[in-house]
Amino acid sequence: MRVRRMLIALLAPVSALVLAVLISSAAVLLIHKSPITTFRLMASFGVRTDSLIFAANEAIPLFVSGLAVAIGFKMGLFNIGVEGQYTLAALVAAYVGAVTPVPGVIRIVLILLVAMIVGAAWASIGGVLKITRGVHEVISTIMLNFVAFGITAYLLSHFLKQQNLRGDFVIKTKEIPSSGLIPSLNGLLRALGVHPPAGSELYGFLPLAIVIGVAYYVLVWRTRFGYDLRASGSNPDAARVSGVDSRAMVMKMMILSGAIAGLVGMPDLFGLYHRYTIDFVAGLGFTGIAVALVGRNHPVGIALAAFLFGFLDRAAQILDLEGIPKEITIIMRGVIILCVVIAYEVVRRIVQAQEVRAAAERMRLMTQEAESVPA
Amino acid sequence: MIAETAPAVQVRRRPRFAVALIVAGLILALLSFVRSVTGADDLTSSGTFSATLRVSMPILLAGLGGLYAERAGIVNIGLEGMMILGTWFGAWAGWQWGPWAGVLMGMAGGATGGLLHAVATVSFGIDHIISGVAINILAAGVTRFLSVIAYTNVPGAGITQSPQVKGSIPDFNLPVAAGGHIFGLSTPDVFGWIERKRWFFLSDVGALLKGLTGNVAVLTIIAIALVPITWWILWRTAFGLRLRSVGEHPVAAESLGVRVYTMKYIAVVISGALAGMAGAFLVFEEAGIYREGQTAGRGFIALASLIFGNWRPMGVAAGAGLFGYADALQLRSNTSILALLLFAAIALALVAVWLLTRGRIVPALAVAVLSGMVFWWHAVANTVPNEFIAITPYVVTLLVLALAAQRLRPPAADGRRYRKGQSEAV
Repeated sequence: MRVRRMLIALLAPVSALVLAVLISSAAVLLIHKSPITTFRLMASFGVRTDSLIFAANEAIPLFVSGLAVAIGFKMGLFNIGVEGQYTLAALVAAYVGAVTPVPGVIRIVLILLVAMIVGAAWASIGGVLKITRGVHEVISTIMLNFVAFGITAYLLSHFLKQQNLRGDFVIKTKEIPSSGLIPSLNGLLRALGVHPPAGSELYGFLPLAIVIGVAYYVLVWRTRFGYDLRASGSNPDAARVSGVDSRAMVMKMMILSGAIAGLVGMPDLFGLYHRYTIDFVAGLGFTGIAVALVGRNHPVGIALAAFLFGFLDRAAQILDLEGIPKEITIIMRGVIILCVVIAYEVVRRIVQAQEVRAAAERMRLMTQEAESVPA
Repeated sequence: MIAETAPAVQVRRRPRFAVALIVAGLILALLSFVRSVTGADDLTSSGTFSATLRVSMPILLAGLGGLYAERAGIVNIGLEGMMILGTWFGAWAGWQWGPWAGVLMGMAGGATGGLLHAVATVSFGIDHIISGVAINILAAGVTRFLSVIAYTNVPGAGITQSPQVKGSIPDFNLPVAAGGHIFGLSTPDVFGWIERKRWFFLSDVGALLKGLTGNVAVLTIIAIALVPITWWILWRTAFGLRLRSVGEHPVAAESLGVRVYTMKYIAVVISGALAGMAGAFLVFEEAGIYREGQTAGRGFIALASLIFGNWRPMGVAAGAGLFGYADALQLRSNTSILALLLFAAIALALVAVWLLTRGRIVPALAVAVLSGMVFWWHAVANTVPNEFIAITPYVVTLLVLALAAQRLRPPAADGRRYRKGQSEAV
């Protein structure tokens, strides 16, 4: 029985992956290239040390973003606003971090705190609108995304940009001093016997991301709060009857989700940009939704999904040299999302039908037994 | 809703249309007043109205698209993605065969996105928002990929843009009214003449009419015609009744023999086609090419106008017009935007008074405070940053939702999962 249940659990992701590979292969065939060559190239390039580091660096913010979305999902709340929340948070945190005169570690803590507070504050608008005015959080957070982009651009170009930059037209905040940055993990890698090539640095945010992931798991599955949270998601009426204040829950959730969302920009801020610029990494929030979906809101699943996306992105870089458009991976992403979601839905329905049938069978046996007993 | 009995005495109400006309007249009068006070002539120039018309059409078309889907109970967050497909396929066909083929292919591209959404949400019963998000991601990826295939070795094109489309869709001037031609003979430009007189209100009406009748693209006329056509289809035909019944109460509709899945499929495909047409409009009336990121969130503005317009065709048109106006004014002059702040402040003050007469004290106070803030802003500012104009539609929508959420009425089963043969929506 246990084996069978595990097989069913594996059925969905495996069939989704197979389907995604098939559809992507069709796209490659469409341009008269060999899918086998394509995947072979991607695999061999993707497992190089620098490629893996690159993929991991891309996966770290996606993982955080996925968690921010997933914690909302767990109670049936859809925070589409992660994109706006982290953009605004990254700008303010980068600015505050660069101009506040404090020593190294405190600066790092300050930046992280500011980012979380800004993200939480911005997300809480959606929460307030939902509990006081009944505005659906999907609509409000979509609108708030665009408002956040506008405000970010406005603040950056009018107030927070670095002045007196001669001959440099990129609008950006002041650079964060290197003592206030989280150092890369290359030292640790070397100690482990891995030697990354020059210019390839594993983000120092990784341990922090793992801590957030563990905290997410403990909070959602191992605390009373998490139980209430999951109950509100899977059966709101039952949760209410058992004494969960759904309005307070919505507010807490939006604040928590926003606080995590505020951290989404941090790995790249510390590891790559060291400041907020007009071309700061965008789209992490939207991809985070996909990562949460593919990862089924479980921290391990989200981590795998984030790494898969990062890996695909990196591995595809080699394809252009072979005349295959690397954009094939963007299609793969979209296809994987749809396939995973559909596969889980179909498997869920199959399992449900089986349970109904099994229950009916037990029922029949029990009535038979009852009838066969002589009165 | 079904059990409700008809009221014994029919309350006589002013027709909706008349109310709308009165409100529009009041708005124009207020604009006219602000124009004469501030001297910001662009506030009501025919050029601004003409630009408003052009900028509003993609929002209107996609908004109507959203209307069909949501009236059938399918939330369509994928409008943006379907619009992206519309821009790409529209431009590609326009480059190959000319504008009308482009419009049709744009619609077909959008409809394909709609079909995908229908398969995911109707047949597989996936959450509508999740499917929509996936379609937005997928559309961006597919168009990028297709551009690589189609435009790699084409001069003037690349992975982010198409070549110039062939030909253009003709413009149209209404004869007599806006100086159009009849059989090659030129006619007077009556509205333009009135506009140039600078009379209070009358000239503004003239400018509005001139803007709406002069140099109007044929595609715009089609788009505007779709507003009453949509209303007629959805509220005056058996097909429309079935479509809406599916969005209000699918179980009841099924018991009456309506083919719920089929209706939902049709609605979502129409939705995609209209969003695709919106994309094609962007290509043919604005840029002349496909450019990556061309839709710039207009699909979401369309969603906003759908909510703002309370899921009704005229409401969608009003929302699209409002958001288009702010956008058009920004394109023309920044001083006018400053004058628009004054307009917004006065309008908000009026809304506050109206709310007060209705006895809704708290919202009235909120609006009054907002009005005061805008007044103050107008008094101290010299310019309005462009970033703020760009976010106007979203802020307005949030305000409308915050203040009037109770008055909005989305279709009852909007966004709900529906399985054939189930007893009640779960």
